[in-house]
Amino acid sequence: MSDSSVVTVGAGWALVGLVLLGLLVLLAAVVDGLVGARASGASALGGAMRPLDEGARLLRQRRRTTVAADSLLWRLGGGGLLVTAALMIAVVPLGDWTILDLDVGIVWFNAMDVLVWALLWLTGWGANSAHGLIGGYRFLALALGYELPLMFALVAPAIAAESLNVGTVAAAQDGVWFVVWMPIAFVVYLMGVAAFSVWGPFAPALGSDIAGGVAAELSSVDRLVFEGGRYALLAAGAAFAVPMFLGGGSGPLLPGWLWVVVKAATVLLVLVWGRRRLPAARPDVFVEVGWLVLLPAVLVQDLLVAVVAVWGS
Amino acid sequence: MLVGILFWLLAVVAVLAGAAVFIVDSMARATYALALSFVAVGLHVLLLQQNYVGLVVILMMVMEMAIMAVYMVMFMGMNPALMPMDMVHGRAAALVASIGTFGLLAAGILLVEWPARRGSPAGDLTRALGEELMGPKMLVMAVVSPVMVATIVAGVVLAAHRTRYDRMGDDLTGPPSDPQPGGVGR
Repeated sequence: MSDSSVVTVGAGWALVGLVLLGLLVLLAAVVDGLVGARASGASALGGAMRPLDEGARLLRQRRRTTVAADSLLWRLGGGGLLVTAALMIAVVPLGDWTILDLDVGIVWFNAMDVLVWALLWLTGWGANSAHGLIGGYRFLALALGYELPLMFALVAPAIAAESLNVGTVAAAQDGVWFVVWMPIAFVVYLMGVAAFSVWGPFAPALGSDIAGGVAAELSSVDRLVFEGGRYALLAAGAAFAVPMFLGGGSGPLLPGWLWVVVKAATVLLVLVWGRRRLPAARPDVFVEVGWLVLLPAVLVQDLLVAVVAVWGS
Repeated sequence: MLVGILFWLLAVVAVLAGAAVFIVDSMARATYALALSFVAVGLHVLLLQQNYVGLVVILMMVMEMAIMAVYMVMFMGMNPALMPMDMVHGRAAALVASIGTFGLLAAGILLVEWPARRGSPAGDLTRALGEELMGPKMLVMAVVSPVMVATIVAGVVLAAHRTRYDRMGDDLTGPPSDPQPGGVGR
């Protein structure tokens, strides 16, 4: 579909991609358990084992039912997050290989992260629970604040590489990584990843003040899939940052594909670490921050990148 | 072959999901049936190798339906939209109009003499399409977009219940008093 430098591998390799995504999810969950155990003074081993314990507990749990639930939409919403994350990583080149070498891979990623709008709201709606619906509304209100800065953050690497193809963007960073000269876009991108993963400060949609919000009525395997989907979105977002800002597979000694995994894991760990470090972004308050601070900042970043790109060519 | 099968499969999904909008009894289902229909159309555009246009159709339509679901639940007049509802109003007239339109368009497809292809597709279809649509009219487009934005802003300003005088006093010097303070502390 395009003349980029990466090689498209057969569809069967998608399984390898899914396994790598699963490993990243496991890493994030274990480290999050460790960080949580450390914060609450519990034992480190218990913290590290927490994702496995929790998974086993949820798999054995009896499924909760609610009155007049819209089960179809409910399950679609909760299960869709994992699918969305898997579709996101389809355009992330693993060193020299990619599963889907789309000429507009960045737009693909963007379309996938917008899917989360629908999926989160549907999860909140489906249970026929007031708390879930309020959570869904909260997420959409927050989305109005984060989505445009995130979109314009993704524009910066595309302008610099003069391509929307992810492999070409990665290859355009052989001199200096984009994160070095577009730090604002990188930080706003990371914020966007945390936001579409309903993570850390961007989790008021799951707030304890509304009894868990979107996830209030989720139980058993539904909850496991939903939580796994959030971690998978976080991991997919971290993986997409590697070709966008962190030079793709470039690095000394190790092969390219391993560098991609190492960099993705590093970004992921930063996101996991940041979970408990930042105050909650209340949707009503954050919208103004998004539109009056982040959006102009990232537009100025785009302008600078465009000037450099025009100058250089 | 595979593309042909996919095309017809997506066409069936698009039509059935579009029909489902008027069959289902829930606001959320109607909204997202419409979203599904649009996604199928977006995938059609992808099959036409208009990758950018196709993905943007999917992106915009999912986003719009997510917002529309909120507005529908908020503003639907006849019931709170949280109860079972029906998207059809004026059933007889609607049926006549829709069946008539469908018949007209279908007859057009079948009766019109389709032209044979002249020349070959451009290398970059999206670019060719953009230049065909916009090329000679770029000046108009460039003028229209700021006018549209100004119209939206003016509309919101005119519709807003509270003006800057309500916010900051008659001489516009006081600290803004908002029922809901924003995040940058104005």
